[in-house]
Amino acid sequence: MSECLVDIPADAINPVEPYLRSERIPHIWCPGCGIGTTVNCFARALDESKLDLNKVAIVSGIGCTGRVAGYAALDSFHTTHGRAIPFATGLKLANPELQVVVYSGDGDLFAIGGNHFIHAARRNMDLKVICVNNLTYAMTGGQTGPATPDHVISTTSPYGVFEPAFNLVQLAEAAGAAYVARWTTFHVKQLARSMEEVMKKRGFCFIEIISPCPTLYQRRNKMGDGLDTMKFYKQVSKIRNGAPTSECGLTKSGEIVVGKFVDRDRPGYFEMLNAQMTETLGDRYVIPEASSCGDC
Amino acid sequence: MAKGFVAITVERCKGCGFCVEFCPTKVLTLSSAFNSKGYHPPQVVAADKCSGCDLCGMYCPDFAIFGARNAR
Repeated sequence: MSECLVDIPADAINPVEPYLRSERIPHIWCPGCGIGTTVNCFARALDESKLDLNKVAIVSGIGCTGRVAGYAALDSFHTTHGRAIPFATGLKLANPELQVVVYSGDGDLFAIGGNHFIHAARRNMDLKVICVNNLTYAMTGGQTGPATPDHVISTTSPYGVFEPAFNLVQLAEAAGAAYVARWTTFHVKQLARSMEEVMKKRGFCFIEIISPCPTLYQRRNKMGDGLDTMKFYKQVSKIRNGAPTSECGLTKSGEIVVGKFVDRDRPGYFEMLNAQMTETLGDRYVIPEASSCGDC
Repeated sequence: MAKGFVAITVERCKGCGFCVEFCPTKVLTLSSAFNSKGYHPPQVVAADKCSGCDLCGMYCPDFAIFGARNAR
């Protein structure tokens, strides 16, 4: 203990502090885990987008990333496993003024919640889905998940994964998402900009973030710690905006294609609902107005 | 005078080293001292080089560090 540590000056305030529940920090994520970095980018995106925080809600499912809702100082909802999107859909339908962000992991959104994801994308619900993809089921001990690439060693695949993995960006595009992007935790600036962009975009937006899981995924596959993984991302990732998503599959150690792949305008759920009902019912149909509660 | 400064909340740090690795001007290094949880937080070794770009703050998974520009 020869060196002495200098703590933060009393008058300096971290710019992300207003967006976090500081009393709950330090958080539970492991050293080297990338989820904290994504939350950091999210807080900065909120800061830049100048949204009214009383009109932003964050919904999480279960898992490591599911804890994000508990650390964000917004209206946050920690829902049952896989049901973040249906919960968020209900929230959006009941109060269309809300900006609803779904923040969850690959296991929650694409395994048990897979159906909900594709149907929300098909309907073009105005949700912002942020998926932190650590390529495994981290909270339960590193089992093979729907996004685990080929040949990876996991708890349930000790001799290597042989099932093909989902290509999440291709799935989102095929299901009808209006905005699809992928970044890694190394691309913090681009990620924050992307998050800011989806806050302004209407329709179903999807951002996939490849994140390290040093405790389970990287350790079992002898890929080093969190920092080694970040260096690996820096080395193998390639920015290709607008690339065909079918060419963006993930492999264990191959190239990671990142960028904004899809940015299109499709009629949203409310527009389609109102158009159809007006056509069928004519004057009998009253377009529901955004209900605002006087008390809050 | 340096263009910016970094502020470190020592007790939040988990010693992942992201800030040290990705600082564009190499202002930081991991200290040999421990915080109360037994991690080695970063320390400033080249304060004059800091540009206050806040990249360390964006990379930090534990909200333990940030950079800011000095007022001119």
